[in-house]
Amino acid sequence: MRLTVNGTEHTLDDLEPEMPLLWALRDVLGVHGPKYGCGIAECGACTVHIDGQAVRSCQVPVGDVWGDVTTIEGLGTPGAPHPVQAAWIEAQVAQCGYCQSGQIMQAASLLAEVPEPSDAEIDDAMSGNLCRCGTYPRIRAAVKAAARAMREGT
Amino acid sequence: MGRAKTIARRTFLVGSVAVAGGVAFGVWRMRTPYDNPLMADLPEGAAALTPYVRITGDAITLITPRADVGQGAVSVQAMLIAEELDVDPAQVATEFGPPDRAYWNTALSDEAVPFRSTDQGWLAESARDVMDAPMKFLGMQITGGSTTVPDGYEKLRRAGAVARETLKAAAARLHGQPVDRLGTEGSAVILPDGTRLRYESLAAEAARTEPVTDVVLRDPSTWRLVGQPVQRVDIVAKSTGRQAYGIDEEQPGMLHAAIRLNPAQGAALRGLDASEAKAMRGVRKIVEVPGGVGVIADNTWRAMQAAQAIKCDWAPAPYPAGMEGHWQALAESFTPERQDSRLRDEGDVEAALDGAADIDVEYRAPYLAHAPLEPLNTTVRYSPERTDIWTGTQVPRFVQGNAAAITGQDADDVHVHVRVAGGSFGHRLEDAVVRHATHLAMAVPGQPVKLTYSREEDMGHEFPRQIAMARGRGRVSGGRVVAYDLGIAMPSIIASQMGRQAIPTPGPDLQIVAGAWDQPFAIPEYRVTGYRAPALAPVSSWRSVGASTNGFFHDCLLDELIHAAGADPLEERLRLCSHAPSRAVLEAVGEMSGWGGALNAGQGRGIGFCLSFGVPCAQVVEVRETGDGLRVARVWVAADVGRIVDPVNFEAQMQGGVVWGLGHAMHGALTYADGAVEQQNFDTFRSMRLRECPEIVVRGLETAGKIRGIGEPPVPPAAPALANAIFAATGQRLREMPFDREVAFVG
Ligand code: FES
Ligand code: FES
Repeated sequence: MRLTVNGTEHTLDDLEPEMPLLWALRDVLGVHGPKYGCGIAECGACTVHIDGQAVRSCQVPVGDVWGDVTTIEGLGTPGAPHPVQAAWIEAQVAQCGYCQSGQIMQAASLLAEVPEPSDAEIDDAMSGNLCRCGTYPRIRAAVKAAARAMREGT
Repeated sequence: MGRAKTIARRTFLVGSVAVAGGVAFGVWRMRTPYDNPLMADLPEGAAALTPYVRITGDAITLITPRADVGQGAVSVQAMLIAEELDVDPAQVATEFGPPDRAYWNTALSDEAVPFRSTDQGWLAESARDVMDAPMKFLGMQITGGSTTVPDGYEKLRRAGAVARETLKAAAARLHGQPVDRLGTEGSAVILPDGTRLRYESLAAEAARTEPVTDVVLRDPSTWRLVGQPVQRVDIVAKSTGRQAYGIDEEQPGMLHAAIRLNPAQGAALRGLDASEAKAMRGVRKIVEVPGGVGVIADNTWRAMQAAQAIKCDWAPAPYPAGMEGHWQALAESFTPERQDSRLRDEGDVEAALDGAADIDVEYRAPYLAHAPLEPLNTTVRYSPERTDIWTGTQVPRFVQGNAAAITGQDADDVHVHVRVAGGSFGHRLEDAVVRHATHLAMAVPGQPVKLTYSREEDMGHEFPRQIAMARGRGRVSGGRVVAYDLGIAMPSIIASQMGRQAIPTPGPDLQIVAGAWDQPFAIPEYRVTGYRAPALAPVSSWRSVGASTNGFFHDCLLDELIHAAGADPLEERLRLCSHAPSRAVLEAVGEMSGWGGALNAGQGRGIGFCLSFGVPCAQVVEVRETGDGLRVARVWVAADVGRIVDPVNFEAQMQGGVVWGLGHAMHGALTYADGAVEQQNFDTFRSMRLRECPEIVVRGLETAGKIRGIGEPPVPPAAPALANAIFAATGQRLREMPFDREVAFVG
């Protein structure tokens, strides 16, 4: 099995193909950005991109991965954050922060598809990502700020 | 009163202890200080200036002993130290302190004495001072009760000031300069000629310098950090996936583990068949633990799969198997024998209400999960000489002692490394996960084992928020509320929680009536009685503890009476309110929301108020009827914490507390069937989602005098404000949470 994660190709020969991508990332490859929160597609903490599209990595068997995987670590770095990450930093969204990798990956995928989302589109796209700390007001603000920044190319 | 204050001041003495190769400074409160925990691992040439600051030849570290469970505790604590030390919190390291009695939490005792928090008279203050002694004795290095800021507000700044002045004295000695010509800035002492001496370069000399303990704290008008919007120290890491949590722990040679516990929490495992699990891929060991069984494997997923494959024979629950039994136990607790406290009893309520009650109602609040998004986990490496534990906990001292009891080692041989936690809301005041992980690690000496609970095991063994019931009566006359009688029955949270730590809790449990008996209203006939129900399912502190249920009961009964009187909900609360800061927050939400203005058909607004943890907090909630259900549209919230240390975090905690309070009031409940929790994951245990989140407008007031924390006070008023708004919009009184039992909500 071959798996490309954040631009690096890995060979995973000794793994059950039905192991969820989340656990292959976390326990086998040591990529800890995607988080385990529920394991049943109810919280979104495990969200990664496959070929740019947001997916719940707890639901994708590692043997079925159909494209390149990007995790929060590959989206941007502290020195060169993705515009969505920059907006999250500017708005100081995180409290415990545990949901935020997933929130950011979800928002980045939304804005790649819909550069100017309406409030309803933001609600629809982001409501599968649970935040127990209640950072929703700042998430809304940060998504809008990121959309603006991306349109203006800053 | 003057005398009590003097004592409090004098007990904040700063002292020093000589240690090999250096000296340590500390802010001690009692005559016999504990040993300084930072001395144990101090390298040569390093000076631990206070228990809160460590400066070595190459690093400045601020030690922030209160756990960060998402509430911004590290940032706030670092800010308080840095304000006096003249360092940039973003430029220095921060770490949690090791478990030690020296970090006892003095602010917790504020909540343990039978005086209203608004009562700052001599007797109340003295009682709080007396309570400090047992708190210290227990060494409660506890994060909870919104105490981080009140506890550290003076200690941490004083620690920073002592460190700064001692560094200056060291520099003065080295360079033959008078101290009063030296300044400090950006982690350096500045000589009169402008030369900058980095604090690190002064560490060795500072270790040889007599501590400068006679420091004057800076005037708030000169503060550069406290009270200003600053960037949280962890915000970049948490926005780029770089923040490591307990669940991300990596140790060389680490194994992974999962657990199966008796669904009837606390009951025994009678027998098991692990033959299938043993043969599964990656499985190293199957280990029985009290009440269940664990699987050690080479990765978490394989361990969880194998744990599922074990066939278990479970003993039945020690509490009622189904909900009727729980509610019945509460209903039967409103008796003189079960009366736990009657701390408020004004006028003659019995006579006033004898056959004359205008309102006579019952309220209910369910068990609730804390369910922080990071499931419980702990990594333990056991060897006969030494045990290391990595975990996100609010009670490191309990963790250390309980693990030592299991391994049979001295507590000193158990090293607890506190990790950042992905939320808590009180969940990490429990340490069962550490005990389980310790049992597992002992089966593979020398090898670290990371135990991760599945979400189902975590939610199924929650130590949930207490279930509670209240009965309220009252009378109105001439457009006013004149008699108010509230009885509350719940099992004792504190007895359940402290019982698991083998700590006796004599006397009444104030949490049974917190958020109700202590409300700042003057009603001629006014009584609040607490009834201690028998122990049911094990319960634990949930964000705002007793007030999470009692704020709902107390304020909803008041609202019902106000409506019965035909009075305005805001006006009548203000008329009855006897406490200036509480009046101020009520007036603030009235003004912010334009209370009394015209509303559209199908709109309704409700007020909620609760004074908890010393903080008055008022909210106005606005709901709208849509064709498909009710929409929670807007919330205005105001609270007075005395002083806002970190305005960005203040707003976040206020909004988060409102979301927490509303979301659980709308949807949340844990129920038991056959002794097991029926909601095991977020599909059935529901809280607020983004689409349901109202606009939340926040205001902070700073008039109340004493500085207070803000993690919990926004929670209790949210549920009653919502119930009162739904009544205003629909005419329907909701007396049992969650409200979605009776009304539909739309996002
Ligand atoms: S862990 Fe995948 S959605 Fe929750
Ligand atoms: S920030 Fe804690 S769960 Fe979202």
